[in-house]
Amino acid sequence: MDVGDNLASPAQIPQSTTVDVLATPRPSGWQYRLRRLRKYPLAVFGAVVLILLAFMAIFAGVLAPYDPLSTSLNVLAPPSAEHLLGTDDVGRDVLSRLVYAARVSLTVGLVSTLITVVIGLLLGVVSGFFGPVVDVPVSSFTNIMLSIPIFPLALVLGSFLDMTLGTIVLIIGFLSWMSVARIVRAEVLSLRERDFIEAAQCVGASSTRIIFVHIVPNITNALIVAATLLVANAILLEAALSYLGYGIQPPTPSWGNMLMDAQRYLRTYPGLAIYPGLLISLTVVSINFLGDGLRDALDPRMGER
Amino acid sequence: MNYVTRRLLSAIPTLFMVSLILFGLVQLAPGSAASLYAGPDAGPEDLARIEKLLGVDQPPPVQYVKWLRGVLGGEWGISFRYQQPVTEVLRSRMFYTIELMAMALFIALIVAVPFGVISAISKRKWVKHSSSILAMLGISIPTFWLGIMLLLIFSVRLRWLPSGGAATIGMDFNLKDRFLHLIGPAMVLATLYIAGWSRYVRSSMQDVMTQDYIRTARAKGLKEDSVITQHALRNSLLPLVTLIGLQGGSLIGGAMITEVVFAWPGVGRLLAESLTSRDYPVLMAAFMVMAVLTVAGNLLADLTYGWVDPRIKLE
Repeated sequence: MDVGDNLASPAQIPQSTTVDVLATPRPSGWQYRLRRLRKYPLAVFGAVVLILLAFMAIFAGVLAPYDPLSTSLNVLAPPSAEHLLGTDDVGRDVLSRLVYAARVSLTVGLVSTLITVVIGLLLGVVSGFFGPVVDVPVSSFTNIMLSIPIFPLALVLGSFLDMTLGTIVLIIGFLSWMSVARIVRAEVLSLRERDFIEAAQCVGASSTRIIFVHIVPNITNALIVAATLLVANAILLEAALSYLGYGIQPPTPSWGNMLMDAQRYLRTYPGLAIYPGLLISLTVVSINFLGDGLRDALDPRMGER
Repeated sequence: MNYVTRRLLSAIPTLFMVSLILFGLVQLAPGSAASLYAGPDAGPEDLARIEKLLGVDQPPPVQYVKWLRGVLGGEWGISFRYQQPVTEVLRSRMFYTIELMAMALFIALIVAVPFGVISAISKRKWVKHSSSILAMLGISIPTFWLGIMLLLIFSVRLRWLPSGGAATIGMDFNLKDRFLHLIGPAMVLATLYIAGWSRYVRSSMQDVMTQDYIRTARAKGLKEDSVITQHALRNSLLPLVTLIGLQGGSLIGGAMITEVVFAWPGVGRLLAESLTSRDYPVLMAAFMVMAVLTVAGNLLADLTYGWVDPRIKLE
């Protein structure tokens, strides 16, 4: 997805000469963001679904009718009053596993994106702010990372490392920061030339202060949009890795690894293949709707369409 | 030195770094390939002999230099698993991947462009909304799951398509049989491309339609059809060229998992197999092929962009 293209523009900053008052010139509080978002019904739909999914993940212990790990002799049972979505090939309740698996997907999505944003922000800011001495090596590294096909690399790592929730989060986080770094770098490069940054430098503000007080608040909107889409990509990547057996390891349920064996029972128990995929799709599409709405609502260049 | 040469040369250190990173990773692999191939009954002497045979008895830097020298000379080593030159193994698989990607690109282009154009120029609200929702679904549904669902519907239920592979077992090659095997994975892969591209075509078409030269064309009295095809479409397709190139990496990732779902014997599936069989020479080679394709895509995107749009000057 072309996260970068639509974001690589500077935030709109009113022309002014005062310094600190305008560190965050645009109204950018959460209230403002939410108010603008309300005008996008699909984004609201996405947000509501995500809240429900988060609720499901947090209260999995209460909501799931069975222990997701306990096996039974009642294997591959069709849906019934006892097991609403039937049981899998070792007699585990499918519904309970689906509910618990939401934890894995959402955790992977959120935590790996946090890592991504921290790395991307750090590298983007230093390469944009400190000039060619830092920029050239950092940008070349970013370009090299962009030339590596990420999915096969994640797969190679997955097959070599001991895969736990932690390692997956780290792998995805460390392999997806490049788009963020590029966006941040472009924003910083253009912000750096603005009058208010020069003014801050004139009054003797330190680089750290300029970065955190004057630059970072101005790229928050772009970051929020990029991060939303990264959560979606992280969830898809985890699902694909787990499906191939190099992600979350059974018996811990993840929507991806629930699909791993499902293909074998496609003829007899197609439900096993259908439900986890539906949930992944629903989650990702909700995130993408929210991200799209956020971009339209927060990117000043998009205007009122 | 002109731009093209410089860009071409810049690909060399990139690929070198990629190979170095990959080689380093392979050294991290737990358990040795030798012990896997020797079997559980092998004594230390057997192990040493197999290690020597596979060339993994030397220190990693020596192995790397040997490997690099081999790659540059067109000698990519011997597959641990197939006991054949890696180039042979790759060549037989490469054809399948190219066939799959070409078919998918073809389907994607003939669908995505009209789809994007219609959703950009349509005045009807429901057309715009439903096309953007469809495109969003396309990028959100996991590729491998879409493949599984396609198999469920067309292979298991309707029995129109085979359940995977590239040919019916025991049957001689015939075009119809091959096409039936190809169409499933190609459609899944195409869906992934269509979703991304049609969004792109739509937004660049919307941009172009507001340009002055479109107003001029209309003012000249040209029919709306020719305004759209002759003036708008031409210009809005330029960014698509770049997008396709830049997406090289993710296109290949998508092709890889599609090959696995449909048991299509391409390079992606070869890479997945080489992980389970610890066939490192094949793993390295398949990975490098993907990296070269990614870099080549980026390069091509850069160069064609300057070539199709004379306003852009490449320095």
